[in-house]
Amino acid sequence: MSQIKIATLGLAAAVAVSSALVAAPAFAAGEVKPPKSVHFSFEGPFGTYDRGQLQRGYKVYEQVCAACHSMDLVAFRNLGDPGGPEFSPAEVRVLAAEFPREVVDGPDDLGDMFERPGKPSDYFPPPFPNQAAARASNSGAYPPDFSVIAKARPNGPAYIYSLLVGYEDPPAGMELRDGAYYNSYFPGGQIAMAPPLFDEMVEYTDGTPMTVEQYSKDLSAFLMWTAEPKLEERKRIGFQVMVFLVVLAGLLYFTKKKLWRDVDH
Amino acid sequence: MSGQSTYHFKNPAVRWLDSRLPIISAMKVNALDFPTPKNLNYFWTFGGILTLFLGIQIVTGLVLAMHYTAHVDQAFNSVEEIMRDVNYGWLMRYMHANGASFFFIAVYIHIFRGLYYGSYKAPRELLWMIGVVILLIMMATAFMGYVLPWGQMSFWGATVITNLFSAIPLVGEPIVQWLWGGFAVGNPTLNRFYALHFLLPFVLAAVVFLHIWALHVPGNNNPTGVEVKSNKDTVPFHPYYTVKDFLAVIVFLIVYAAFVFYLPNYLGHTDNYIPADPLVTPAHIVPEWYFLPFYAILRAIPDKLGGVIAMFASIGILFLLPWLDTSKVRSAAFRPLYRQFFWILVLVCFGLGYLGSQPAEGGYVIASQILTAYYFLHFLVILPLLGLFEKTKPLPGSISESVLSKDKGGGPTDGGGGTVAAAAASAPEKRG
Amino acid sequence: MQKGCDPAGGAGRFGLSPGPFVAKNKAFSRKRSGAEGAERAFADQYFGDLDVAHAHTDTEEPTRRDFLYIATGAVTAVGVGAAIWPFIDQMNPDASVQALASIEVDISAIEVGQSLTVMWRGKPVFIRHRTEAEIAEAEAVPMSDLPDPLARNANLPESDPATDTNRAHAQGEAKPEWLLMIGVCTHLGCVPIGESGEYDGWFCPCHGSHYDTAGRIRKGPAPRNLDIPEYEFVSDTLVRVG
Repeated sequence: MSQIKIATLGLAAAVAVSSALVAAPAFAAGEVKPPKSVHFSFEGPFGTYDRGQLQRGYKVYEQVCAACHSMDLVAFRNLGDPGGPEFSPAEVRVLAAEFPREVVDGPDDLGDMFERPGKPSDYFPPPFPNQAAARASNSGAYPPDFSVIAKARPNGPAYIYSLLVGYEDPPAGMELRDGAYYNSYFPGGQIAMAPPLFDEMVEYTDGTPMTVEQYSKDLSAFLMWTAEPKLEERKRIGFQVMVFLVVLAGLLYFTKKKLWRDVDH
Repeated sequence: MSGQSTYHFKNPAVRWLDSRLPIISAMKVNALDFPTPKNLNYFWTFGGILTLFLGIQIVTGLVLAMHYTAHVDQAFNSVEEIMRDVNYGWLMRYMHANGASFFFIAVYIHIFRGLYYGSYKAPRELLWMIGVVILLIMMATAFMGYVLPWGQMSFWGATVITNLFSAIPLVGEPIVQWLWGGFAVGNPTLNRFYALHFLLPFVLAAVVFLHIWALHVPGNNNPTGVEVKSNKDTVPFHPYYTVKDFLAVIVFLIVYAAFVFYLPNYLGHTDNYIPADPLVTPAHIVPEWYFLPFYAILRAIPDKLGGVIAMFASIGILFLLPWLDTSKVRSAAFRPLYRQFFWILVLVCFGLGYLGSQPAEGGYVIASQILTAYYFLHFLVILPLLGLFEKTKPLPGSISESVLSKDKGGGPTDGGGGTVAAAAASAPEKRG
Repeated sequence: MQKGCDPAGGAGRFGLSPGPFVAKNKAFSRKRSGAEGAERAFADQYFGDLDVAHAHTDTEEPTRRDFLYIATGAVTAVGVGAAIWPFIDQMNPDASVQALASIEVDISAIEVGQSLTVMWRGKPVFIRHRTEAEIAEAEAVPMSDLPDPLARNANLPESDPATDTNRAHAQGEAKPEWLLMIGVCTHLGCVPIGESGEYDGWFCPCHGSHYDTAGRIRKGPAPRNLDIPEYEFVSDTLVRVG
């Protein structure tokens, strides 16, 4: 009969958990369109990042997004970390040195700050010195930092992808604010960012199609990696832990059963 | 607790130690050999699970404290640096964040087990009340912990909850400024919340000690609600319940691990990955899921002070529960009517949780008001009256008798509906 | 105790008696002998006495049951062991600290006779562009005058002698005009002062240790020559430390 109790316990736990999930705060739905359904290699319990995709995604970020969007929490060295784009150490040094902006360092012997090419240990240099400067250069809108953006939006990677491919003409009769663009995936529908991607904009050397669609997908995957760089390690350790716990639970189940066999209870 | 040791140890070193500080015999009396009713079902394993989670939270919390920076300019980034740079930092943080959720899942199951089996009744009133204190400390700890990553929900959650105190007449404003250490939630607030978040778990551990002490005076309640009559009704805690609790712990950990490793952010809110910005309020402020029922009660009352009072009263009323329930019978297994009302209360609490996650407008508000009214009705009206009018089933003479009668296929059985919940509740009547 | 499987009694199973494991094994080998007794004792050790007053008679082969207990205990022990590691490892230097474990220094601006002090792994590193006179002075010191005869150079084998060439030796090459040392006195960790002391090298003001122009201890309480970190000339003007 222990099975029944375990089953009921399991069911009760399932009820509790699933109810908690149902009750988990839903994001403000409003009129925002749910993101397009799109599949990524990192989904599922065994999903991993596609190295080529992350490398292409970095290229899109570096050549397009980095002009306005900072990525303060990511260092060039991370581009070579296991579980990421996995550029070689030599490539990482080159990418750091050739980043579109130099790194501000200092003060030097005269007390002045100076600019120098990036090194692997440097963090991605930001496009603007502070938020006010960023707003001033973008007609009042603040381009958010991209470090954890994929976790800061519900269904992040799919949302970013949908947003990038989702620019269209506003529905008839809709008045857009000055400098705003219509994008039905953006909360409110009006986004200050002009469509950033165009076909053939970034050169891919591995034969991947150079389309907005592909760029968007690669960038979304790259941003998921910057938000969750330990995803692969997490799933790998998670699998080991789950196997261990299930084996131990099995052993304990039989141990408990034998132990209690001679007790009326 | 235990005075002179009555155990005789063969080992001279143990004898020497135990005669001066009877720590070994105290352990034997209160843990290993503690006589425990032999008919406890798996709902009795949550005490052990909770103790483990207090330990997990303290240990992972200590690790996070070694790397965290409590300053408004650095808190968000320091948490992310833990996630990225610290060895296994991501594991520590996800264990801690999800650990809080699973701590509450376990404590809610533990509380509802107590409600179902009447574990709050004499002579266990104080045990129950200490438990309510534990719940309050847990809530305060969890709330302040959620502020520390200094994301949008941290900031605005802190703002909304601390503003509750401004509802107090006359002294409300000064109290809120005192809590903040300023004119809004800011760096002083973050620092004091960090200090208190670090302290409270140890207070919690001390109160848990009292909880267990108070438990070991009358001993465990059990699914029949009939007190232990003789040695035949009990087994030593070790190894019977150590192994059983261990099994339950591992099963619970499987669910926990599934979240930590595969859905680490599911129970959190995406807005908390946006750094706190005092100029931009999120479209929809919601607390963590475990506060949602109370949040719904808060918003159900259209008056600011009234809402705050109702919210605190919804927990405060639990202190009075031992005297509000007038029934002579403890266990819902022998109280057919109470059992129905118990499950209605469970549903009402889930309903309040759902409503707490919804915007406070239209039908949601009305539904919250109805469910809030029912919640208080349950404790203030239904329970006192049930004890007077309910016709209870005959109680078994002893735990052993109930166990033996079940072997013959007799004994009391639940008549409850065919829901999963009823099946779970009827578990004590089956052999396990 | 009905089954009489635990001669050591209650206290023993909590691991309190001196070497309870061994003692119980002996007791068993007398009665049962062999692995079965040992396993049984081990299981008792882990789970205590599994029999209680109202238990029924054990009809099963003890070994199979004991194996289950041993397996459960062993798997638990492995799990606890594995779970402890992350909690220890989190205190090791993190990735951002590791990333700064080696630095590159531009030495083009250091004139002959000048020094530069840079921070490396939280410690000062002296980079001295030595004069001909300093080099000659260091080379002239007979090895027998050195309290510490070893080079203390991370770029060379540990046993290499403290000749001037070995002191000014980078990874793969010796450049006598450049001396790189960790600027921490080997006595008690103070930072020595440059171009001072009785041997024209460094002098530690804390307890009066004198180092010569090759950073070797000559007089005073310091036990060792100043340590030389791993370094490499990336180009004529750029040196990588660490």
